[in-house]
Amino acid sequence: MEKVLTKNIQPDLPYVDVKAYEATGGYQGLRKALGMTPAEVVEVVKQSNLRGRGGAGFPTGMKWSFVPMGADAPRPKYLVANADEMEPGTFKDRLLMEGDPHQLVEGMAVAAYAIQADVAYIFLRGEYLFSAERLRRAIAEAYENHYLGKNILGSGYSLEMYIHLSAGRYMCGEETGLLNALEGKRANPRTKPPYPQVSGLFGKPTIVQNVETLCNVPHIVKNGADWFKSLSYTQDGGTKIYGASGKVKRPGLWELPMGTTIREILEVHAGGMQDGVRFRGLLPGGASTDFLVEEHLDVKMDFTEVAKVGSRMGTGTMIILDNQTCPVGMVRNLEHFFAQESCGWCTPCWSGLNWAEKALTALEEGQGQPADLEHLSFICNLCAPGNTFCALAPGAVEPLQSALKYFREDFDRHIAEKRCPWSSQ
Amino acid sequence: MTKVYVDNRPFEVRPDQCMLQACLTLGFDLPYFCWHPALGSVGACRQCAVKQYKDENDKKGRIVMSCMTPVAEGLRISIHDPEVVAFRAAIIEGLMESHPHDCPVCDEGGECHLQDMTVMTGHNYRRYRFNKRTFRNQDLGPFVNHEMNRCIQCYRCVRYYREYAGGRDLKEFSMRNQVYFGRYEDGTLENEFAGNLVEICPTGVFTDKTLKRHYTRKWDLQFAPSICVHCGLGCNTSPGERYGSLRRIVNRYHGELNGYFLCDRGRFSYEFVNSERRVRQPLLRQDNGLRPTSKAAVLDRLKSILAFGKVLGIGSPRASLEANFALRALVGAERFFAGTAPAEQRLTSLMLQILREGPARTPSLHEIELSDAVLILGEDVTQTAPRMALALRQSVRQQTFQIAEKLKIPLWLDHAVREAVQEEKGPLFIAAPYVTRLDDVARETYRAAPQEIARLGFAVAHALDGSAPEVAGLSEELRNLAGRVAQALRDAKRPLVVSGPSLNSESVIYAAANVASALCRAGKPAGLSFTTPECNSVGLNLMGARPLAEAMEAAQKGEVEALVILENDLYRRAPRQQVDALLKGAKHVIVLDSLLTPTASQAEIVLPAGTFAESDGTLVNNEGRAQRFFQVFVPQGDIRESWRWLREMMIAAGRREAAALETLDHVDEALAQALPALAAVTKAAPSASFREAGAKIPRAPHRYSGRTAMHANINVSEPKPPDDPDSPLSFSMEGYPDQPPSPLIPFFWSPAWNSIQAVNKFQEEIAGPLRGGDPGVRLIEPTPGSEANGAYRGAPPEAFSVREEERFFVPLYHIFGSEELSQQAPAVAELIPKPYIAIATEDAARLQLKEGDEAEVRLNGSTQRLAIRLREEMPKGLAGLPVGLPGVETVELPAWGKITRV
Ligand SMILES: Cc1cc2nc3c(=O)[nH]c(=O)nc-3n(C[C@H](O)[C@H](O)[C@H](O)COP(=O)(O)O)c2cc1C
Ligand code: SF4
Ligand code: SF4
Ligand code: SF4
Ligand code: FES
Repeated sequence: MEKVLTKNIQPDLPYVDVKAYEATGGYQGLRKALGMTPAEVVEVVKQSNLRGRGGAGFPTGMKWSFVPMGADAPRPKYLVANADEMEPGTFKDRLLMEGDPHQLVEGMAVAAYAIQADVAYIFLRGEYLFSAERLRRAIAEAYENHYLGKNILGSGYSLEMYIHLSAGRYMCGEETGLLNALEGKRANPRTKPPYPQVSGLFGKPTIVQNVETLCNVPHIVKNGADWFKSLSYTQDGGTKIYGASGKVKRPGLWELPMGTTIREILEVHAGGMQDGVRFRGLLPGGASTDFLVEEHLDVKMDFTEVAKVGSRMGTGTMIILDNQTCPVGMVRNLEHFFAQESCGWCTPCWSGLNWAEKALTALEEGQGQPADLEHLSFICNLCAPGNTFCALAPGAVEPLQSALKYFREDFDRHIAEKRCPWSSQ
Repeated sequence: MTKVYVDNRPFEVRPDQCMLQACLTLGFDLPYFCWHPALGSVGACRQCAVKQYKDENDKKGRIVMSCMTPVAEGLRISIHDPEVVAFRAAIIEGLMESHPHDCPVCDEGGECHLQDMTVMTGHNYRRYRFNKRTFRNQDLGPFVNHEMNRCIQCYRCVRYYREYAGGRDLKEFSMRNQVYFGRYEDGTLENEFAGNLVEICPTGVFTDKTLKRHYTRKWDLQFAPSICVHCGLGCNTSPGERYGSLRRIVNRYHGELNGYFLCDRGRFSYEFVNSERRVRQPLLRQDNGLRPTSKAAVLDRLKSILAFGKVLGIGSPRASLEANFALRALVGAERFFAGTAPAEQRLTSLMLQILREGPARTPSLHEIELSDAVLILGEDVTQTAPRMALALRQSVRQQTFQIAEKLKIPLWLDHAVREAVQEEKGPLFIAAPYVTRLDDVARETYRAAPQEIARLGFAVAHALDGSAPEVAGLSEELRNLAGRVAQALRDAKRPLVVSGPSLNSESVIYAAANVASALCRAGKPAGLSFTTPECNSVGLNLMGARPLAEAMEAAQKGEVEALVILENDLYRRAPRQQVDALLKGAKHVIVLDSLLTPTASQAEIVLPAGTFAESDGTLVNNEGRAQRFFQVFVPQGDIRESWRWLREMMIAAGRREAAALETLDHVDEALAQALPALAAVTKAAPSASFREAGAKIPRAPHRYSGRTAMHANINVSEPKPPDDPDSPLSFSMEGYPDQPPSPLIPFFWSPAWNSIQAVNKFQEEIAGPLRGGDPGVRLIEPTPGSEANGAYRGAPPEAFSVREEERFFVPLYHIFGSEELSQQAPAVAELIPKPYIAIATEDAARLQLKEGDEAEVRLNGSTQRLAIRLREEMPKGLAGLPVGLPGVETVELPAWGKITRV
C-alpha cells in the first residue's frame, strides 16, 4: 500500500526538516497550485472526493467553494487548521504534526491559496507542546524558503501563518467555538447560518479544516483527483489514518486505504485482542460515535458505510471495549467528560448531560433505578441533532444510546444486583 | 406581509422578524427565555421549539426553534404538535433541574417568567433526584440583589448588560450546568442601567434590592400609570404601593420613549416618597420654629396673608402643569415667576423656540435609537438624560447593520449580527469638556471648553453649508475634525444632533441648531434633540413665566408682600445670598413642597404637597410630549396635590372662580383655555369620566389580598375604597377586567402572563406601539416648510484662552447626586460622590495639588472648600464643579474662578 501522509514519518519521530521534506516531493503541491488558478485548485479537491477528517466528513472542496472570491470579497480571509484534537481516543493529528510538520504547512498554504486567504492560524491543543515546537520550526523554515510570507515563490500571493495554543476545552475544537476562542472569547458555538465561509473569524470569510484533511491537499494537487480516488477502496477518496486503543495487542495508528474493514484494522494491524480478553464492541471514531459490535466487524471504515449501520466513522480512531471492562462504567466515564465539556449554552445539553452523568454514576454505585434507564433514553432523544445548538450533545449521547441498545442487560444487572458487576466487591 | 401557517391556519405577518415574535404578535402563548424583544434571538434555551413542515403533505416535520426561524412565505409550523409540546416540557424540566423551587421565599414569585412558562408548558413534577448545583451569591451594591441558585442559564442578563447596555463588570463564568452570572468579585454594578436586570432576568436571580426592604408581591401592590420625575425625558413608570408607602418602580413600556428600560435613577429613587423629610402636615412658623398645625388654622392664616395683595408666585420645573397653572391663577400671570436658574430659563426658551421654528424636528427616544450618525455637543448624556444614553448606545449599531444585511443575516439574529459586525461602530462624535460615559462607543471625542465646543459645532455647520456662519481663526485640527463630522452626518440617512443646556451656553445650542439646519437644507431628515434638566422644564417654560431675577428685584424693592413658592428649593437655583435676600425681602413666605427643603425650612408656612405618587398631573418632556401621571395611592393626613392646595388658597382669598376647579379635568380645561400652547393637555389621557364597559380601571391586580383585613386593627368594618374624582382609575381591584387604553395601564398583567413580559399582550405588535398608540401628545412640531429657509442662528464665540491665575469652571453632572429628589432615596444616596472639584491633571502640578487635597475655590463671589479630584482628560485651564451635589454651593456656571491650596 502506498503511504501518502505518513511516508516521511519514522517510528522514533525524527524532525523532518524542509530539505528532507522537499527530498520526497515536498512543496511540489504548493508550487503546482501557485501555477493554477484558485478555482482550479478548488475544483481538483472537489473532484478528489476528499471529505473532512475532523469527524463530520463534509466534502472539503464543496466547503471551499462557498468562500466569496474576487476583488470585492471581504478581506482579510482566514484559513484555520483545527488541531485541537480533544476527542477522547483520538491522536492522529498529533502524529502528523510531530512526524511531518511541513506537510501541514504546505497543505495550509495550498488551501489558503485556493480560497485566497491572507492569514492562516493553527489552532493547536494546549497540551501539544511538542507539536507546537515542531510546527514553529517548520513555519520558520517555510518563511525562509519563501513558502510563506510575502509573495510566495514569486507568485504574488502572500500568506502569514500563526500558531495559537488553545486554553483547553473540548468545545474549542467545534469550528465556531474555535473561532470564538481564537478571538479571545468564550468557546461557545456560533449561530449557523451564517457559516464561517462567509462570516467567520473576526466576521470575515474563514475555512476551518482538520489537520489530516489539510495534509491530504498537497498530494491531491500534485498527483490529481483520480490518483487520490484510486487510493481508496470506496467512494470517499484517499487514505485514512486509522487508530485503535483499548485492550488490543498493538494499539496504534496506521495509514490504510479508505474503506479498510474494521476487522482488518482490529485483527491485522492492531493484532487482535490481548490474550484472555474478549471483544465486546467498539466506538469507531472517537468518543462521540455509536458503539458497533461483533456483527459489524466486516463494515468498511468510511463515512458512508459506517453510517449505514447506525454509527459514524468520526475521526477513524477506534476505542475498543472488552469483556473485562464495564460498559456502564465506560459510558459513565465518557458522559462525565461530555457533561463537563458542555459549554453551558443550550438547555438539553447542559441539563441533559449532567443528568446522564448523575444517573450513570448512580448505576455504577448500585443506586440505580429502572426509571433511570428510561430517563437515559429520554435524554438521548432530547439531545438529538437539531434539538441542541451545536453537535456536542448529539455526539455525546451517541455512545450512550448505542450502549443502551447493545448492552442493555449490563445496565439491568447494575440495578438488579445493586452494584457494578465488574467491581471487585 | 408574508403568509405563514400556524397549525394549518393561515396568517399574514411582517417578514422582518422571527417566527417566535410573529407568533407572540398573533397572540399565541409560546414559551421562551433567551429571546427578548430588545435583544433578539440567540437560540440558547431551546424553549420556543415548534415543528416545522416542508409543505402541507409533510406530516412528520422537524423540531426547530421558532426564535431562530425567519418568517418566510408559505412557512408551516405547529405549536401544538404533541412531540414538540413534550419537547418544550422537557426543556423546562431541564431548566428546573437545579432550580431551588423556592417560590414562596423568592422575590420574583407572582411575577416570574419562569413560573409562567413552567405552567404554560405543563411541566409540574420533579423527576431529577440528584444533588443540585449551588452557588455563592454576591453583593452587587444597593440596587440589585443576587441569588444565583435560581439561575436557568438563559444568558439574558449578560447579553443585556454587556451587549445592550455596554457594561463590563457582569459576565458569565465557567461552563456546563454551572455557569455563573456575576461579577469578578463582589461590588456595586457599574452600569447606570443595571436595574433593568431585575426585569430582564426571567427568574429570581436579579431582583430589586430596595423592594426587599419592604417587600410586597406584585399582586398585593396598588399601581398607577406614572411618569418618572428625575430628569427631563419622561420615562413611563409603574410605581407600586402598599400600606401607604411606595414599594418599588418598574418600567411601563412606551414604544416611542423608554421602551423596555429605565435608568437606575428613575427606578430606584422612589423612596424619597417615603422619606422622613416628607412634610406630612401643614407647618406654621411659631416661636421661631415650624410647627405642625391644622389645615383649618393654616388656611385661616393664609386668608389674612393673601388679602393684602402683592403676592408673587414662583413656579417649578418639577411640579405638574396643573400645579404651576394653579399658582399662576392664584397670583396672576404677571406675578408668576419661573423657579429656575436664569440661564436655564433663557436656554430652555431658546431651545423651544428653535424646535418650534424648525427646520429640524426633535425625535423620540426610539427615533434616537434609529439614528445612524450622531453629534453630541456639550452633554454627558448618561448623567443629564440617562435613558437617552442607552438609546444613543444602540444608534452606533445602525450603520453596521449594513454589514449584516450584505451577508443576508436577519437583524434580529443577534449574535450572528454581532459576530459579523465585530467591533465596527457607526459614527458618534462627542464634544464635551470631560470624559463622558458614552465615549467608549464614540468614533471621536473632543474635549474642550464650551466655547470651543460651540466653535466645533459652528464649523461643522459651515462645512455642511458654506452659507452658515464661518468660524474665525479655526485651528487646523478643529477644521479637520469638523470636516469628518460633517462628512459622517452628510453620509447618514438619519443624522442626529444632541445638545442641551448643561454647559449653560447659548453658543453651544446655536451651534447644534445650525448643524441640524444645515443638514435639513441639504435635504437630510435631521433630528435635533435637547436634554432638559427636569421633568417639567418644558411645561413650565411653555407657560411663559417671568424670570426669577425679576422676583428678586421686586423683593429688593420691598414690593413683595407674600411669596408663594411651589415645589422648589430655590437654593438650588441661585447663589445663597440672592435666595436669602429674596426670602427676607418678602413679608410672608409660603412653600408648597413634599420635602422639607432648605427653602421650605425658611418659610412661614409650609403646605404638604403630594409627590408624583400622591398626585395626578401632566408633565412635558424634552421632546415636547405632554404625559399624564396618576395618583398611586391616597396619602394619609393632609398631603394634597399642590394644585388642590392652591385652589383652597384661592378660595380662602375669596376667589370665587376657584370653586369651579374641583377636579384635575377642570384645571386642565382652564389651563388649555388660558394657554393655547398647552391646549392639547386635555388629550394627554382620557378624562375622569372615561369608563370601559361602564367601569373604572382598577389600580390593583384582581388578586390583591387583604383589603377587608388591612385596616382591621383600626376598624373591623371594611372602609369604602377612596373615591378618585380626578381620573378614571379606581383605588381598588374591582373594575374593568381587561386592557384599558394605553395611558391608563397601571401594570402589565394578562392571563397566564404574570411577569412584566405580559406587555406582549398589550402591544399592537411585539416591540411596537401599545394598542391604540403610545401615550402622550406632542406639543412641539417644527413650522411646516421651514426646511427650505431654516435661517442660521447666533454667531461663533471667541476662542477659549487659558488664563494664568484662574480656571474656567464648567458644570459637572452626576446621575446619582445632581438631581434633587433622588438624593433622598437611601439606595441612591449610597452612590452619591463626596463634594469635590475637578481640575485638569496638567494644571494640578502647577498649583501643587494632589488627588484628595483640600482647596479653596473662589467663584462668582462665593468661596468654598472642596476636595480635589484630578481629571486626566480635562483640557488645561478648565475646572469642573459638580452641580446639585450635596455639600456643593450653587454658583452660576461657567465662570472664571480661583483655586488655592489650603
Ligand atoms: C464538540 C466538538 C469538538 C470537535 N473537535 C474537533 C477537533 O478537535 N478537531 C477537528 O478537526 N474537528 C473537531 N470537530 C469538528 C469541527 O467542528 C469541524 O467540523 C472540523 O474541524 C471541520 O474540518 P474537516 O472538514 O476538515 O473535518 C469538533 C466538533 C465538535 C462538535
Ligand atoms: S450542545 Fe449546546 S450546551 Fe452543548 S456544547 Fe453545544 S451549544 Fe454548548
Ligand atoms: S441570572 Fe437570570 S438572566 Fe442571567 S442567565 Fe440566570 S436566569 Fe438568565
Ligand atoms: S432617564 Fe430620566 S426619566 Fe428616564 S428613568 Fe431615568 S431619570 Fe427617569
Ligand atoms: S427563546 Fe428560542 S431558543 Fe431560547
